Amino acid sequence: MTRVYLDYSAASPLLPEVREAMMPFLGMDFGNPLSLHDWGDAPREVLETARQQVAALIGVSDPEEIIFTSCGSESNNFAIKGLALAQQNKGKHIIISAIEHFSVMNSAKSLEKQGFEITQVPVDKNGRVDPENVRKALRSDTILVSVMHANGEVGTIQPLKEISEITKERKLILHTDAVATCGVTPVDVKDLGVDALSLAGNPFYGPKGSAALWVRKGVRILPMLDGGIQEGGRRAGTEDVAAIAGMGKAAEIAARDLTARVAHLSPLRDRLIEEITARIPHVVVTGDRIKRLPGHASFCVEFIEGEAMLMLLNSQGVAVSSGSSCTSRALKASHVLLAMGYSHEIAQGSLLFTLGIQNKPADIEHVISVMPQIVNRLREMSPVYSKFLKANKGGQLNAGIQ
Amino acid sequence: MPVYSDKVMDHFMHPRNVGEIENADGVGEVGNPVCGDMMTFYVKVKDNRLEDVKYKTFGCGAAIAVSSMVSEMAKGATIEEAREITPESVAKMLEGLPKQKFHCSNLGAQALNKAIDDYLLKSGKLLSNANKCCQFCDHEESENDPLCTQGCSVEQKSS
Repeated sequence: MTRVYLDYSAASPLLPEVREAMMPFLGMDFGNPLSLHDWGDAPREVLETARQQVAALIGVSDPEEIIFTSCGSESNNFAIKGLALAQQNKGKHIIISAIEHFSVMNSAKSLEKQGFEITQVPVDKNGRVDPENVRKALRSDTILVSVMHANGEVGTIQPLKEISEITKERKLILHTDAVATCGVTPVDVKDLGVDALSLAGNPFYGPKGSAALWVRKGVRILPMLDGGIQEGGRRAGTEDVAAIAGMGKAAEIAARDLTARVAHLSPLRDRLIEEITARIPHVVVTGDRIKRLPGHASFCVEFIEGEAMLMLLNSQGVAVSSGSSCTSRALKASHVLLAMGYSHEIAQGSLLFTLGIQNKPADIEHVISVMPQIVNRLREMSPVYSKFLKANKGGQLNAGIQ
Repeated sequence: MPVYSDKVMDHFMHPRNVGEIENADGVGEVGNPVCGDMMTFYVKVKDNRLEDVKYKTFGCGAAIAVSSMVSEMAKGATIEEAREITPESVAKMLEGLPKQKFHCSNLGAQALNKAIDDYLLKSGKLLSNANKCCQFCDHEESENDPLCTQGCSVEQKSS
């Protein structure tokens, strides 16, 4: 059977070179980077090499500003809580967007219980934050703004540069969750104008369990993991040297191949979006069509539910994700789609294809050949679809439920 | 370990008795888009027996498998036998449902019961029924809120 993996945002495979770079540290170079004897040398060196490789990927000139963490969620927790708690003498108001990842959203909620106030800036139908809405949300006691660089569910890239012009005027700290963009699309902290940035290794084919937080020198952050002097005393705990070595190598390769990756992925994404919408009526493309992650195609298919589509696609060898409430363990529809103004009913039909460098044009052709039958099959058994057909009997079909 | 049992997968991949019955003797509709699953059951009754049972389902794999299993259990059964179909017995026949799916997707028995109520009401064998819109929130069905968004919002907040 043809097998097509289109769920790279859930997990990406390691590049062979990355695995190779990790192997010594899973074998004979097992030493602790803090050790003063010879066993500490190779781990210590690879840590600093990786720090430079990651810094270079995001245009950071001082590698010391990179703090290694264990996952994107840790980086986001560290950023939101660590930055807010370090500035709380200046105020207790934080601004985030309404479509942040749960690691930002729930970190902010946890601060709310400690007396902070959170404003969620809305997004438009394309999932874009209007910088003017950030300005309107500002208060005299605002200390931190956090807006993600791109949303992993709908692919929209945010106008961070414009947002940073507003935060700079007010000398506020701007953090961005760039887990979806780092190593995937060009990221330069100076261009973006941010003060702190979260990234993770897996989206650019590094290992899971590798991630980092960049904090510009001079910006105060409170450690979340107290203990030893690792990571300049900002994040205690013996480093996962193999994972960090792998992320470093992956960052180096990503910086080298970034343009080629974007050039490879964008046409595949465009073909997928064009063909799905052309072959299947009543499909909404979610997220911005232009300012969008290169390998990201997301839809809401009307009248049917995402998990059922996901399972039928799986039976045809295709791996995808969905944001429907049935798919989520919490049994709630995607907060991202709801914030963008989609109804619960439409949001239930969410389907997400995330492409990676291993995908080939034939993969996309396979998906677009099997999708229409899958959608038809589920629509034929959908009470919502039969109601829709009855309501439109003899008349012209609507563009869709809005 | 796969998320769904072989039996669930079989009913999901090959659902039995899908469709609508024209001039059905009873129709029962449950669920709402907030919860994510909606089912409509149709019954044809002859001599106190469910001569035919069909359904349409909007929902996840579990919801589709549940509908299919309920239709199979109910078809040919007497009304009294069909009344004994419960979410528990459906889950058992499906060799189990994932824990988080048991409540939200296991609406088939309820939809079938509503279709039977509808038949009994129409044929004058039942005078009134105070239908709840779904068995997992206590809100009564109301014309102003046919999808029970109110009820399940409460449910969601409390969870």
